Amino acid sequence: MSFPWANEYKPSHPFMKWMDEKLPLPRLVYNSVGGGYPVPRNLNYFWNFGFLALICLTIQIVTGIVMAMHYAANTAVAFDTIEHTVRDVNWGWLFRYAHANGASAFFVVIYIHIFRGFYYGSYKAPREMVWLLGVVIFLLMMATAFMGYVLPWGQMSFWGAKVITGLFGAIPLVGEPLQQWLLGGFAPDNAALNRFFSLHYLLPFVIVGVVVLHIWALHIPGSSNPTGVEVKTESDTVPFYPYYIAKDGWAVGAFAFLFAAAVFFFPNSLGHPDNYIPANPMSTPAHIVPEWYFWPFYAILRAFTQDFFFIPAKLMGVLAMFGAILVWFFLPWLDKSPVRSGSYRPTYKKFFWFGLIPAMAVLFYCGGAPAAEPYVMFSQIAALYYFAHFLIILPIVSAIEKPLPLPYSITEAVLGKDDGAELAPTA
Amino acid sequence: MARILSILVGLFFTVALLWSFGLGFYTWTTEPAAATAEHEFHLHPKNVHFASDGPFGKFDNQQLQRGFQVYKEVCSACHSLSHVAFRDLEQLGYSEAEVKAIAAGFTVPGTDPNTGESAMVPGSPTDYFPKPFANDIAARAANNNAVPPDLSLMTKARHNGPAYVYSLLTGYRDQPAELLKHFPEAKTPPGLHYNPYFANLNLAMAPPLSGDGQVEYGDGTKSTVDQMAKDVAAFLIWTAEPTLEKRKQTGWAVLGFLLFATILGYMSYRNIWSDKKH
Repeated sequence: MSFPWANEYKPSHPFMKWMDEKLPLPRLVYNSVGGGYPVPRNLNYFWNFGFLALICLTIQIVTGIVMAMHYAANTAVAFDTIEHTVRDVNWGWLFRYAHANGASAFFVVIYIHIFRGFYYGSYKAPREMVWLLGVVIFLLMMATAFMGYVLPWGQMSFWGAKVITGLFGAIPLVGEPLQQWLLGGFAPDNAALNRFFSLHYLLPFVIVGVVVLHIWALHIPGSSNPTGVEVKTESDTVPFYPYYIAKDGWAVGAFAFLFAAAVFFFPNSLGHPDNYIPANPMSTPAHIVPEWYFWPFYAILRAFTQDFFFIPAKLMGVLAMFGAILVWFFLPWLDKSPVRSGSYRPTYKKFFWFGLIPAMAVLFYCGGAPAAEPYVMFSQIAALYYFAHFLIILPIVSAIEKPLPLPYSITEAVLGKDDGAELAPTA
Repeated sequence: MARILSILVGLFFTVALLWSFGLGFYTWTTEPAAATAEHEFHLHPKNVHFASDGPFGKFDNQQLQRGFQVYKEVCSACHSLSHVAFRDLEQLGYSEAEVKAIAAGFTVPGTDPNTGESAMVPGSPTDYFPKPFANDIAARAANNNAVPPDLSLMTKARHNGPAYVYSLLTGYRDQPAELLKHFPEAKTPPGLHYNPYFANLNLAMAPPLSGDGQVEYGDGTKSTVDQMAKDVAAFLIWTAEPTLEKRKQTGWAVLGFLLFATILGYMSYRNIWSDKKH
């Protein structure tokens, strides 16, 4: 793999030798998540969330395939087939609750994973491609989750679909034809439900594909670490197996415990009661809100209440909502600091903890609140900070900030001294 | 170059937001939102406890049977229960024969065995509860232009559903004089009924539980309005989630196993890492 001291795969059993010659799949596994992949020894628990995300994706695909066996994508019966699954299919309620809460769990994990990246500068060279693929995965997740929420064809399914697809109508000139083309009609109906089901089944496997690329790209430079200092010698690393398999293993246990607590004891807390009412195009819910994981972006969408010069407010909102995620693609080139980890960047660290995190918290809160004052004003301030943080503060701070002295190596950071340091050429 | 572009884009969004914020703030300070009767007089559901609450909650079958009786004798005149089949009632402790008899007491849409034409036939345990109205138009025509909602999922389809159902059924009252004084235009229109637990305060449904003793309970429980409301709310918790008990029981087994597995996982993690400072 990436480091010369990585253990080499040496099959001993004749069958494994035969296999290695014909199809070196065991070798690939060994080099990817086995003893052949050296990983920094100092990773903290925030580095468990990539593995947990993989677990979440697996849960969603497995429970989703079972749900699809009992579901019918037809507006006349979609709602009833879900209730049939929950009531009459053996353990159907468990699959349904696990799938619905699994989406929430996936987003909890992925938000921590992404914000770990923000704090520790994981998006920086040489890991730009890992980051870019990660943002692609996040966008695919959002599309998948949105279409999945439409499938039960409850009130929020229908009105959520109407609002979100309505956003495309804000695009000048092509907006309305585009919206009708996406929906296969003038409003969400059978055509839309059917294609959403088709895509909801397809996209998770596209996500699997991009996850493979994400992990592949990660294995070229290897994992980053909390100091942000790159691996120098063997003593900086431990083999993935058994060390990180063991650490990820018990983290999966802890995660599964919390997840099960939600599925078995609070399965409806994160859902909206209105989605237990069958879709009714003639009756608009009092508050149309998306699922909680979209709230920050929904708050940004609704923060633009005034036309800006010749740009209508709705179009501004749509631009900003998509822009809020697209800006992540440019982070590796906006943040010029040579230091990766926020722990050694005193100014950036302050903006992260006292700016970005509170702004996100406010956006989360306001996105779920009614579109009324004072929530709209709060979300305007928070959205303002959000854009300023990534587009103005980060480029300036990273250019003028004086970082703290970095440890010579991961080994030094962990042990206080690095015996291999004298042997290494001074850089 | 990239950074100058980025700052320009950043300024574009932040200035647009400042503009929205400024005008919004100005409107907010100069034209405070008018108070509404809904905002001032709407009440959150009362506190009420059910046997199925909490992590160890179990259904009280006696109560569910009473609640079913209230549904059958009162609610079913207008409200459907379309996700529940008669066979499901065995879960409330009714015997197979009792369920058969209950089902036969309802007529359901079916086929005349002699002519093959559509006909109303006596229900069998595999049938679902029949709808009281042929369609929404018929329902509207009979109910002052309001469609009585299906009750199968009612306790899941409202915030704090069980307490909401109980509060709504026991919450009818005369419109407060204070409300009429401040919001004369919010006077309950004819044909509607004032109920502060309903989102817009005025409800098409007349008080369904009108007096004590409306339903005669077989188990000797005194059928006060409060008791009937509680019983039917408990019954609707069951109709919304018949698997609730199984879910909670399974949950404890799963959590117990996961705790054990996680402790083992943690111990092996400590063991494997014991030689590595990190």
